[in-house]
Amino acid sequence: MSTRLATGGRLLDRGRSTEFTFNGKRLRGHPGDTLASALLANDQMMVGRSFKYHRPRGIVASGAEEPNALVNMGEGARFEPNQRTTTTELFDGLTCASQNHWPSLEFDVGAINAAFARFLPAGFYYKMFIHPRPFWKHVYEPFIRQSAGLGKAPRDRDEDTYEHFHAFVDVLVIGGGVAGLQAARAAGQAGARVLLIEQTAHWGGRAPVDGGTVGGAPVDKFVEETVAELEAMDNVTLRRRLMGAGVYDHGYVLGYERVTDHAPDAPGPRHRLWRIRAGQVVTATGAIERPLSFSGNDVPGVMLASAVRDYAVDYGISVGDRTVIVTNNDDAYRTAIILRNLGLEVPAILDARAGGGGALADEARGLGIRIETGKGIAKVKGGKRVEGVAICAQAGEGAVLEEIACDAVAMSGGWSPVVHLWSHCGGKLNWDEAQAHFRPDTDRAPTGADGTGFVIPAGAANGELDLAAGLKDADSAGKAAAKATGHKPGRKAAPKAEEQAGNPIEPIWMMPQGAGIKLRMKSWLDFQNDVKVSDVQLAAREGFESVEHAKRYTTLGMATDQGKLSNINGLAILSDALNQPIPQTGTTTFRPPYTPISLASIAGEARDRTFQPIRRTPMHDRHEARGAYWEPVGAWRRPYCFPRDGESIDDAVQREVAATRERLGLLDASTLGKIIVKGPDAGRFLDMLYTNMMSTLKPGRCRYGLMCNENGFLMDDGVVARLDEDTFLCHTTTGGAENVHGHMEEWLQTEWWDWKVYTANITEQYAQVGVVGPNARKTLQKLTDDDISAEALTFMGWADVTLNGINARLFRISFSGELSYEVAVPASQGCALWDMLLEAGNEYGVTPYGTEALHIMRAEKGFIMIGDETDGTVIPQDLMMHWAISKKKEDYIGKRAQQRSHMTDPARWKLVGLETVDGAVLPDGAYATAEGHNANGQRNVQGRVTSTYHSPTLGRGIAMGLVLNGPDRMGEVLDFPKVDGTVMQARIVDQVFYDKDGEKQNV
Amino acid sequence: MLILTCPCCGVTGEETEFAPGGEAHLKRFGPGSTDDEFHGYLFEKVNPRGVHFERWRHANGCGKWFHAARCTVTLEVFGTYSAQTTEPPQDIKDRISAKRPGWSWREFA
Repeated sequence: MSTRLATGGRLLDRGRSTEFTFNGKRLRGHPGDTLASALLANDQMMVGRSFKYHRPRGIVASGAEEPNALVNMGEGARFEPNQRTTTTELFDGLTCASQNHWPSLEFDVGAINAAFARFLPAGFYYKMFIHPRPFWKHVYEPFIRQSAGLGKAPRDRDEDTYEHFHAFVDVLVIGGGVAGLQAARAAGQAGARVLLIEQTAHWGGRAPVDGGTVGGAPVDKFVEETVAELEAMDNVTLRRRLMGAGVYDHGYVLGYERVTDHAPDAPGPRHRLWRIRAGQVVTATGAIERPLSFSGNDVPGVMLASAVRDYAVDYGISVGDRTVIVTNNDDAYRTAIILRNLGLEVPAILDARAGGGGALADEARGLGIRIETGKGIAKVKGGKRVEGVAICAQAGEGAVLEEIACDAVAMSGGWSPVVHLWSHCGGKLNWDEAQAHFRPDTDRAPTGADGTGFVIPAGAANGELDLAAGLKDADSAGKAAAKATGHKPGRKAAPKAEEQAGNPIEPIWMMPQGAGIKLRMKSWLDFQNDVKVSDVQLAAREGFESVEHAKRYTTLGMATDQGKLSNINGLAILSDALNQPIPQTGTTTFRPPYTPISLASIAGEARDRTFQPIRRTPMHDRHEARGAYWEPVGAWRRPYCFPRDGESIDDAVQREVAATRERLGLLDASTLGKIIVKGPDAGRFLDMLYTNMMSTLKPGRCRYGLMCNENGFLMDDGVVARLDEDTFLCHTTTGGAENVHGHMEEWLQTEWWDWKVYTANITEQYAQVGVVGPNARKTLQKLTDDDISAEALTFMGWADVTLNGINARLFRISFSGELSYEVAVPASQGCALWDMLLEAGNEYGVTPYGTEALHIMRAEKGFIMIGDETDGTVIPQDLMMHWAISKKKEDYIGKRAQQRSHMTDPARWKLVGLETVDGAVLPDGAYATAEGHNANGQRNVQGRVTSTYHSPTLGRGIAMGLVLNGPDRMGEVLDFPKVDGTVMQARIVDQVFYDKDGEKQNV
Repeated sequence: MLILTCPCCGVTGEETEFAPGGEAHLKRFGPGSTDDEFHGYLFEKVNPRGVHFERWRHANGCGKWFHAARCTVTLEVFGTYSAQTTEPPQDIKDRISAKRPGWSWREFA
């Protein structure tokens, strides 16, 4: 069993205890524990079940690479699945539960999959669930969905806060182990601005556990002194619990800081996303130990050798009373030595190398530990916990030589440098034959804006696994980074560490090397996703020879740990199966983030109100007080309607239309885009921008215009007013203002840059109110001494007037078909104008109306709406707006495109009005069907509805739509099938339903 | 995320300050052009591996359009220059020649 030793635990505060809950059980640990070490202290070796076979899963590692020990953390608003216990610092009151089992961790129904494992090999789902086709939707998919996913999805709203942080440094050092510390020191001493970040809560990385001496003193002392020195330097910033998540173009790095994960009640955000720009990035990210592939290597109690000694040294944990060591390199001997020195039993070290180990092996032998060279594990005995191992000759096929009782196995397949951050932005790798791992090819570094490399690997991350070599490498990395950012590194040499001679690693990808299928089927590569040696071999046999294909076919490395333990072993097996060298197989792509980061940290502060600021018109509060029912229009909020007490939305809209048509309505039109176009060439420019002629417009007059893009498609419309000879005011749609302004600037800056034109978007500088209805003029006349009579201010004219002392511009334009004015005043006068108009209109029963009444009234008049009648594929000709397209102009944006054959095709659907036969309202977007079916077996169509409303004025449903040969088919009745299977019929009519002759607006 | 320098206002900023605008140095074809010419202008954009000329707008800055000469493989930026020109300035072309001898892009080399 795993237990806490009576003494020891480098990181623990043994004087205090911490209480936490696992699967409802109350357990105790110490401050300084990780959740994983605290679980082990309580003999909770089994912590979950695997994804596919629901095999019992135990803690394997002690750091970020952990594939198994994932838990559902927290409760309610702080619930989060798939949290790695090995990187979770223990705190008082921590609550967690194991994942992927039912009904319980100990007894799990899904484990039945394991019994069928031989029928569930790689690619099983692809092969099995393809036939019969209809079964996918109704049988297979629901079943697979139910078993998909490890943890539970959170239900409640996250109550924590998150933030972003920007940092700009010369040199960013990622990793606070001895290499990172030395690199930071070297760069810092040269005067560079340095940021040193470390993902865990402790400095020094593995070195304090693995031991060694620097300058004659224990490495712990070196760590301590270096940290103190760095902290004293003004140009160096040190941060713990901050992981380098990803390296991107031009020295952009994302850091993920877990600010209060370890102290949830502390003030401050939970996570902080660092957005770092670094001149140079030093990746001192260390190395990760690889498992060995032997039968039963997934049984709880089989752990990485380095993890076993981490738990012993850092947390005073014995993972088992009797630990068998199995290795292909010298490093694992350290575990044996540490365990033995703690008084624990190491029944044997199985060294797969025929030649055995070097100095460390001699030390272990000196402690009386039995060492078997050329031997390996044939299989691990036990189900939910290791009970023993059967040993065999590595060179054989697995014939059992002896069985050794034990309750833990410490395995080491060698070390792989953490090259993720080096690789994210294009750093290339070389296969190091001697050390059997991929390491950075420093001649092919990721390049920055100036074409030179901006990432420098250091220490173990650069394949320098030895302490002495690593320190030297890190020192030169730090100096090189400082130099590249314009600083002058000193000549001070790197601190000297004691070198350790040893025997080289021997690559062992399968144990024993001749393992039969039965053993290979139980030799795990990917513990979380249940991928075994046999699966990768099957993939190779079935033709998935590319490592990227094999990965996706088998799901190797696709779990939440992204193959940190499994990838190298997997591609070695694949290479072997394909009979090609490992570098030829290559690696899969390393993609950020290094380990999963919270979505909330990516969102940062951008949630709720700050997600997207709301744009409010100057009269917003007046509408709010009136009880406006709001509609988002782009980032704006506009009143959809103003329901009265007890009134439905529909009723309010119908009332507003009727009141406006009969008496007087007010519309807040401030959101309308307003762009000033000014200069000697303004008229010429607008002639290019609009389909019709604008240069002939007289000052004091307005003209409606259509704007197309270069593809010929209609993009915006609006009324243009000529303010004076040189100045035009272009109104745009509410949503189009910024886009149209950008469109103008693009053409002015990149095509007609010699034209003398200036544009300014003044949308927010003005409040604008539509005064609409038969009493509009009477109401306005009450407020001004200026002559606004029908003769003085004719339809499509504008005038400057003074309304009760407020300077206003009065446009006599109409989007409703009524006598109508739009009044523009400086934004600061918006509320005053609104109040004034309400008061003046009171005697006429003035009624503020919203966007829906606006839409209905324009549809009754057959006016198009950008976004309803247009969808980015409609040209003005489709909308029968030839009257708005100049024949005289040689050119305008979109003209050439509108001459293309498809644009002039007579079969393009054209705009018509639609009147339902029974007076009901057509569904929006409904299609008119035609005879026959198309190649896909769908009904042929001949038109669609673009706008549809119930018209209170006409008391019936009215609609507009685009119909094949529509204008030539007046009076024909079309079928519009509805989603419920019934069919509505509508007659093709003229699109102007109301006041065809415009008598109402021309009064 | 790229870093670009706006040649108009001189600010060196993050990519999020800028908006990409596709290929640079397009010659506009309007009414009177053949179908092929117009089609080429509107739809046939190059997206080479290597040296490329692009339009960018300092959208969250001074608002001006400019051109960038860039390597699409290494993301090296050879230089940025005014959009108000029909061909890359000589000093930019020289800089590219120094780093990518023998380069060509459309009719430029």
